[in-house]
Amino acid sequence: MSVPQYRKAAALALVAGLGLSLTACSTKSDDDGGTDAAGKVTITVDCQPVGAQKELLANWNADVAEFQKQNPDITIKSVSVGEQCNNPPDFTARLAGGTMTDVFYGYMTDLQQVLDSGQAMDITQYATKDTIPTWDSVDPALKEVFTEEGKLYAVPVKNYSMGLVYNKALFKKAGLDPEAPPKTWAEVRAAAKKIAGTGGGVAGYSEYSAGNTGGWHFTALNYSQGGKILSEDGKKAEFNNAQGKQVLQNLKDMRYGDNSMGSRQLLQWGDLLTNAGAGKVGMFIGAPDATQAIVSQFQGKYEDWAMGPMPGQDGPAKGTLGGGEGYFFKKDLTGEQVKAGLKWIAYQKLTPGKGQLDYVRAKPQNYPVGLPQPLLFTNGSEAQKQELELRKANANVDTANFKAFEENPVPIVGEPRNAQAIYAVLDSAMSGVLTNPNANIDSLLKTAETKVNQLQAAGS
Amino acid sequence: MTAPGVTTQTVPAPAKPSGKAARRIKDNLTGHAFLIGAVVCFALFMWYPMIRGIVMSFQRTRRGETTWVGWDNYTRIVADPSFWIAWKNTFLFTILALVVGYVLPFFVAILLNEFRHAKGYLRILVYLPVMLPPASALFLFKYYAYDPSEAGLFNAILKFLHLPTSEWMQSPTMTIPAMVIASTWMNLGSAVLIYLASLQNIPGELYEAAELDGAGIWRRIWSVTIPQTRLILALLAMLQIVATMQLFIEPLILANGAGTQDSATSVAYLIYQHGFFQNDLNGAAALGVIMLIVLAAFSAVYVRLTTKQD
Repeated sequence: MSVPQYRKAAALALVAGLGLSLTACSTKSDDDGGTDAAGKVTITVDCQPVGAQKELLANWNADVAEFQKQNPDITIKSVSVGEQCNNPPDFTARLAGGTMTDVFYGYMTDLQQVLDSGQAMDITQYATKDTIPTWDSVDPALKEVFTEEGKLYAVPVKNYSMGLVYNKALFKKAGLDPEAPPKTWAEVRAAAKKIAGTGGGVAGYSEYSAGNTGGWHFTALNYSQGGKILSEDGKKAEFNNAQGKQVLQNLKDMRYGDNSMGSRQLLQWGDLLTNAGAGKVGMFIGAPDATQAIVSQFQGKYEDWAMGPMPGQDGPAKGTLGGGEGYFFKKDLTGEQVKAGLKWIAYQKLTPGKGQLDYVRAKPQNYPVGLPQPLLFTNGSEAQKQELELRKANANVDTANFKAFEENPVPIVGEPRNAQAIYAVLDSAMSGVLTNPNANIDSLLKTAETKVNQLQAAGS
Repeated sequence: MTAPGVTTQTVPAPAKPSGKAARRIKDNLTGHAFLIGAVVCFALFMWYPMIRGIVMSFQRTRRGETTWVGWDNYTRIVADPSFWIAWKNTFLFTILALVVGYVLPFFVAILLNEFRHAKGYLRILVYLPVMLPPASALFLFKYYAYDPSEAGLFNAILKFLHLPTSEWMQSPTMTIPAMVIASTWMNLGSAVLIYLASLQNIPGELYEAAELDGAGIWRRIWSVTIPQTRLILALLAMLQIVATMQLFIEPLILANGAGTQDSATSVAYLIYQHGFFQNDLNGAAALGVIMLIVLAAFSAVYVRLTTKQD
């Protein structure tokens, strides 16, 4: 081949390669409705564990293999999106870019933005006992979170509610009773002061104030006071009141009155749990699975951690924040694909003894069995009985450490509409009171209120 | 086989202009084919997003339906309490970064230029921070230098010197200066190298003549170095303004975003917050367009200066 022809060929190859690489950037199963000539249905599913999570990845792959064996007409194409599964800005970017898989993971707080993107499918007619055998046992309150105007858009697969997570070892060191966690914010303050007094840079009580987690916890603390975030119609902010002020005042008193919250602030999820794993945090509010993160990701020890109920201002808390996760279905999937996706979720997430509820498999692995949550099934249902029996029989954590949390249930309040956007705004109020000794609580709440009202007006 | 390029060059082109153009395209087919890749990349990843961003700034998407809303996104963005704070922070950072991050490398370059020995080693030392990924460098600052306790590097030094310590990124008044220090440390090396190259182009005779006339070091800098490097100085100033106004990674890493009560919020971070935290891509697009206009004004000055240099 002469030199110019060689160059032409190279140029054409370059152009073709560019075209191919662009068309390759797709997460769709295929272009023929996900069904091949032999009638085999293919669906793509995200949030496959990453390579570093060896055991979780092996579990996932084993589940896919077993599911496909039981359902030879369905092919699951797993997609790992790394941290994008639990990082709100990454989720939004994928949603905006239209790169979601056929069946995609989201927080309960993501419903509004998924609906706004126009990418969610109404799965009401498909979510039945035929596709999910335990469907009638799934807690109706969880289904309701993913329902809008009577239409179901996602299947709940995990739920949580918050309580007071505390380090028993630090409680002992500070002379506190590790079996009697504080039940009011005044008791939390007193305990935090004692724990911080043990020295070594330990924060008696620690709190988030960045990356949306500050707003998330403000909401939880506000619920404990009996407060709300939005008005009944969801159009106005409703936290600039006595309850909201009390939340910030409690934190300000601990941070600057007692100096019991440590010097490092502007913490977000990983920061606080890193400190907790290092034994530098006495208490924080969180869900039971926070202990799993502390151990599996931040080198803590299960035996150090216990949970009490969410504290209240003058007695038991008036409410605690509940949330969770689910799987959405991309619009324009065929009915067969939706059914295939639901069957997969049923197998991997909602069947006692299988997938995430396979406690026999999880027991020897470094993942906790015996935590009080998730509680996906309704009280007294057959599915719940089976799940709880398996959980109890295979527990690898000391369930007594969660007794105070389980025995003192607090009414669960759901997250507000447009939650992630509101949390981002409320981060500022939290960071203000935790980093500025002269912070004006009224002004912080007023600014946040103005911004949230704007957000709700724009979103309505 | 005959090489097509050779044949077409030996045959006279037809007289018609349209035929000429077609022939010219045919003659340069290989070149155009190679160009397609670059043009497609620019079109897809630069021009299309820019135009799409401008279009989006006048639209609103709800429940999958996109409607035209005129200037609504702009009025809403301007009414955001963080809007003016973000601009104030961005301009303050730009000015401080210009004062510190622009002047300092110039004097470091002059100093390095004066050394007769170990020049190469010193240049490597100055350039080393540039080789560190920005995210890694900023995490070093966040966890070691700016730790608000007395264990933090800067606070330990201040304490040793019996000076008051600071909460750094947690202090609303120190947030911007702390970001400037980190940013200058990360980017100093590149600017120093550019200045050094420019300094070495100054004819040595000019300094010799100045010395013979009795000029001291400051006089030589003022009367020889600065006039001889003024174009480079002006260009770097413009580039620095455009780059520093896009302040993003520093607040994102050092302050975990907005920092204490928006003290670290920059315009670029506010765009990110609207787009990816507040489910408001249209508002983010409007703010992006506003920023584009401001930066275009600075870029126009830059283009004018480069044209003058050519």
